[in-house]
Amino acid sequence: MFVLIVGAGRVGATVAKSALAAGHEVSVLDEDPLSHERLDAGQSESWEDSGGQFTVGTALETEALIQAGIERADAFIASTAGDNTNLVIAQIAQKRFGVERVIVRVMDPARADWYGEQGLETISPTKHAIAMFKSALETEAEAVA
Amino acid sequence: MYAIIAGAGKVGRNLARELSSKDHEVTLIESSRACYVASEEEFEHAIQYGDATELWVLERAGIQRADLVIAVTGDDEDNILVCQVAKEKYLCERVIARVNNPRNHDHFRLLGIQPAVSATDLILRLIEHEVPRYGLVHLLALEEERLEIIELEVAADAPTVGERVSDIALPEGSLIISVLREGSGFVPKPDTVIAAGDEVLLVLDPGLEDSITSYFSANGQHASI
Repeated sequence: MFVLIVGAGRVGATVAKSALAAGHEVSVLDEDPLSHERLDAGQSESWEDSGGQFTVGTALETEALIQAGIERADAFIASTAGDNTNLVIAQIAQKRFGVERVIVRVMDPARADWYGEQGLETISPTKHAIAMFKSALETEAEAVA
Repeated sequence: MYAIIAGAGKVGRNLARELSSKDHEVTLIESSRACYVASEEEFEHAIQYGDATELWVLERAGIQRADLVIAVTGDDEDNILVCQVAKEKYLCERVIARVNNPRNHDHFRLLGIQPAVSATDLILRLIEHEVPRYGLVHLLALEEERLEIIELEVAADAPTVGERVSDIALPEGSLIISVLREGSGFVPKPDTVIAAGDEVLLVLDPGLEDSITSYFSANGQHASI
């Protein structure tokens, strides 16, 4: 499977490395050239030597997406720091380039739900954090009681 | 009419003033605290602090009863999403978005955000009007209907000079709808004869400009558009 990941932050870079290790073809797009370091960190070989691809560019630039290989991507992951950027590029991947699997990070739980209903596969870390805090509190309350 | 305007920059504030002066109800939404505080005194209850891409902020502003949503923030992704949510989630019939970077225009179109207004495009259009290339001016583009209206000046030695309108074999998908001559315009009849210096208005399918130009420019020269 060819996976295109936009946004090489902590999440994007780690997902990229594990996808590559799992035997997928992986391309990463980020506007910051320094984000490449995250891909190399803790690895014995550089990202490119391990077979990874890295492109510098902003995801709203169609040429950057094409250069990063969106036209042959089987899966697209939008994991930049901005919800709004993620939601727009995920829809571009889906509607313009017809990428089969589009996964998008949306911090805002309300919009993660609504866009999920519209056919995007959304992941909301905030929702998970809320659930974990709640259950941690409840466990604590039980212990005190 | 009730209008919600996302972004209280120069454009948003001036739109709010104009609409209010015409007795429309307006709410501005501004996500920068500093910008909100600076405008609060003037707009009072008609400005709210918040990120207009968040659903609860739009709901607090009364999106359910809005007749028009205008997104004029400095961020194209925000403008796209505000309009998309207004249209598709809250079923607001009319949205208008500002395009900050003309290269993003395609994204607005792809996601069905129309009309999307770009200052760069508007200025280019004006430049084209002032300095027409090969005498061709785009007057109106009906994007949804896939038609456009252009204006062309007929060159002195154009192949159509002296021809009757009914004898000019224009390409399929184009029609002369008006002729401007000596300061006044008229709708041509089949026997109207085209003269040098006329300005002709044509309605055509997009993409035909190049071939149409050759009928009205010197020596049937092609425009490179």
